[in-house]
Parts: sequence; C-alpha cells; structure tokens
Amino acid sequence: MESLSTLMEQYGTQVPAAFWTNIRLALLATLGSFALGVLLALCRISPVASLRALGTGYVHVVRNTPLTILMLLGVLAVWGQLKITFAPDFHLNFFIYAVIALSLYHAAFMCEAIRSGVNTVPLGQAEAARAIGLGFLPAARLVILPQALRGAITPLGNTVIALTKNTTVAAAASVAEASGLMKTMIEFRPDVMVAIFLTFAIGFCLIVIPIGLLTTWASDKWAVAR
Amino acid sequence: MLPGMTQTTSPGGTGHSGPAAAPAGADALIRLEHVNKHFGDFHALKDIDLAVPRGQVAIVLGPSGSGKSTLCRTINRLETIDDDGGRILIGGVPLPAEGRALARLRADVGMVFQSFNLFAHKSVLENVTLGPIRVKGKPKAEAERHAMELLDRVGVAHQAKKMPAQLSGGQQQRVAIARALAMEPEALLFDEPTSALDPEMVQEVLDVMVGLAREGMTMVVVTHEMGFARKAGDRVIFMADGEILEDTDPESFFTNPQHERARDFLGKILVH
Repeated sequence: MESLSTLMEQYGTQVPAAFWTNIRLALLATLGSFALGVLLALCRISPVASLRALGTGYVHVVRNTPLTILMLLGVLAVWGQLKITFAPDFHLNFFIYAVIALSLYHAAFMCEAIRSGVNTVPLGQAEAARAIGLGFLPAARLVILPQALRGAITPLGNTVIALTKNTTVAAAASVAEASGLMKTMIEFRPDVMVAIFLTFAIGFCLIVIPIGLLTTWASDKWAVAR
Repeated sequence: MLPGMTQTTSPGGTGHSGPAAAPAGADALIRLEHVNKHFGDFHALKDIDLAVPRGQVAIVLGPSGSGKSTLCRTINRLETIDDDGGRILIGGVPLPAEGRALARLRADVGMVFQSFNLFAHKSVLENVTLGPIRVKGKPKAEAERHAMELLDRVGVAHQAKKMPAQLSGGQQQRVAIARALAMEPEALLFDEPTSALDPEMVQEVLDVMVGLAREGMTMVVVTHEMGFARKAGDRVIFMADGEILEDTDPESFFTNPQHERARDFLGKILVH
C-alpha cells in the first residue's frame, strides 16, 4: 500500500497529462484522417478513372504499411534528413509529426469505412440526383455522402477507436504520451508493475468505451429510414 | 390522334424507319438516331430510331428484357449508348457525353423511377426543392412556394414536412412526379412508375399522369397499365429483343396488332 502511495506522489500529475496528450492526438488525427478519408472516398467513387486509381493506390499502400514505419519515416527521414520543421518548439514539432502520421495512416481506413457507407445507399439515389441535373460533386455532397456517413457510423467509430489506441505509437516519434510514461514508470518502479499496467489499461478503457457507446447511440439515432 | 402518327407498322420490324420518325420532322422534342446499346455481349437496343414530337404521350410496351426500360434510361443518359455513330437529341441538341452540359440537359427531361428514389434523408418538401435551388439557383422561398403548389396538385401537400419513408408507395411516387415537375422539364420519362405499387395505389398515380397528359406534357411511359395506355396514350411503341416491332396508335395496337410477338404479348396480359 505504501509503495502505491509513493507511486502516486511520484507520477500522480504526470499520468493525466500524458493521457491528455493521447486525447489531443486522437482528436486532431480524427479530424485530419476524416477529412482526408472523405476526399479519398470521393476519389474512389468518382467517374474519373485516374482519381479512382489514385484513391485505390493510396488506400492499398498506406493501409498495408505499419503505422510505426510511417511514424519513423516522418521523424527520421522527413525531419531528420530533409529537415522539414513544422514548429520551432521541439516537442510541438514532433507532436505535429505524430498527428500527420496518424492522420495519413487512418485516412485509408476512414476512406474504406465511408465507402462501406456508400454501399448502403441504393443506386437509385444517385440516379435520381443525376436526373434532376446535379453533377457528381453536388450529388455526392447533397445526396450520397449525407446518407453514406449515416450508414457508416459504426465502421467510422471502429476506426476512431483503433486510432485512439494507436496514439501510443506516437512514442516512436518521441511524443511524451501515456505508453511512454508507462515504460518509464515500469523502469523505475518494477515493484508495482501490475498496478502500473492496470492504471494505463483502465485509462484507455475510460477514453475508448464512451466512443463505442456514442457510436452505437448515434448509429441508431441517425439511421436513414428507407 | 396527333399529326405525324401513322397507323401501320413495318412488318419486318427492323425498327430502322419507324413510321413516326419521318413525319415528326425536325421539331421532334426527343429524337433517337441509330441508337445501339450493349451490356457486354447482350445487344439490348438494336439500331433504334425514334422521334417523339412535343406534346405526345408515347407508351412503350413489351415483354421483360425487351429493352424498354433501357430505352427510357438512355434518353437522359442514365445509360450510355454504344459509341458507333448513334445519337440522342433533346430539342434538336445532341446529348453531351458528360459534365455540366449533360447535367443541364438532364434537368430538361424529368425522370420518374419504378422505385420512386426519393432522397431518403430529406423531407418531402426538400425533395422537391433540392433541384430548383441547387441546379436552377431559385431562391428558397420561391422554390418552396412552387413546390407546395406542385405537391398540392399531386395531392400530398399535407405531407410536405414528413420523411419519404413515412409515406405510402403511391404518395411517394406522386412526390417523385412533383420533384420531376419542379425542374419545369420539357418532357417526362416514366420507367414503370406503378410496377412497385400495391394495387390500390396504382390509380392515384395514374390519375396524376392522365392529368399531365391532358395538359400537353410530352411523356415517354414504360408501363404495363393497358388501361392507361388506351386512355392517355397517343402512340404505342411495342418492343421485343431490343427492337421496335410496332409503332402505332393505341386503338390499332390493341385491336389489330400486326406482329406475332405483339399478339402473343397482348394474349398473355389481356387474358385475365
């Protein structure tokens, strides 16, 4: 008991701060990957063959590359060798690198989730949109995507959950987040290793479970009645 | 009977020189010239020539798989046609292949589908105003006022705030007609508009269509409703195996079909 209370004294304030970093990574990368995912999905359903090939190529290459490799590619090759810097502050720069890598990687999954939603929209909806004179982009924006996104809430939620847990890979880009702190704590306090593991496991559950509940609630509430 | 229609049909049934094509002249609103369509190896439309003058109600009949729906869908390019010199003209203007110009021309020819295809995430009113606002750039208030007039005319004005899924099939199809009319089209295409309806709802949709026909709307109607064909049709086009076999007025078609396939078809549907 005493060893646990000294652990709290040592790291009590660092743990929430580290988790806050994961939450910020997850929020920003969700926005980034969703925006890019919508663009990729539009490419993949567009009438232009070269855009379809671009979307398909991106998804296949990025989805099949491990996130750790993308993260290291960013900090070692793009920053280390090409010296591309996003912010003068060392930590902020790596944080931005981590957000970009997470966004690029999960955009491939967002794209596929949205595409599964597009498949829930009957072909007749697109035909009716074309029949009243809407071109591809207006039809996509006004008719197809609003229904597709509502039909894709569950797979999109799964992608956000995976993304949230994958924020721990940002440790590879030297971002001070929860899993990095856990490693440090285990290194210095191996006597309470199980308690440390449990702390971080419960921490992630507290973040991720609400996402799952929200997803289930939203997919019921916004289901398109046909 | 409208001018430009002949009673007889070419017994060979090649469809090359449909009798109505020549006299309809250059002012035909919808004109198909040597239109072919393949789905893979399947030859769905075989060298179709057809001219529909302004104000005509053309009924397209035929057994399933005869190409009648495909014909209807090619007219506003929901189906592409073979690139072999055939073309489709609306008001004398050839249909462009893609892009903005096609979108504009499409809006001139309204389409009513078998499965209604109302936008499922938008209210009845929004379904009708979407095209006028987004394609024609009408102000919202004006588009809504016009939409309410149209909904009133098809008898569903009191449902304007509901979602499509809350309406019966007959009501949905009448909204779909209002949606097509809202674009102020020069012609309307109907692709089996009553085939997905419960029997007791067929009449309410046909009544709206008869009204449109009487007001002089140019219509191409793919249907199995023989009563409607006789009542509102100016012309019957009978198709089989991707060809136009008969092209005549409804009375002649129903009382004196020239082609064996047409007699066979009528025998099957009129026997009950």
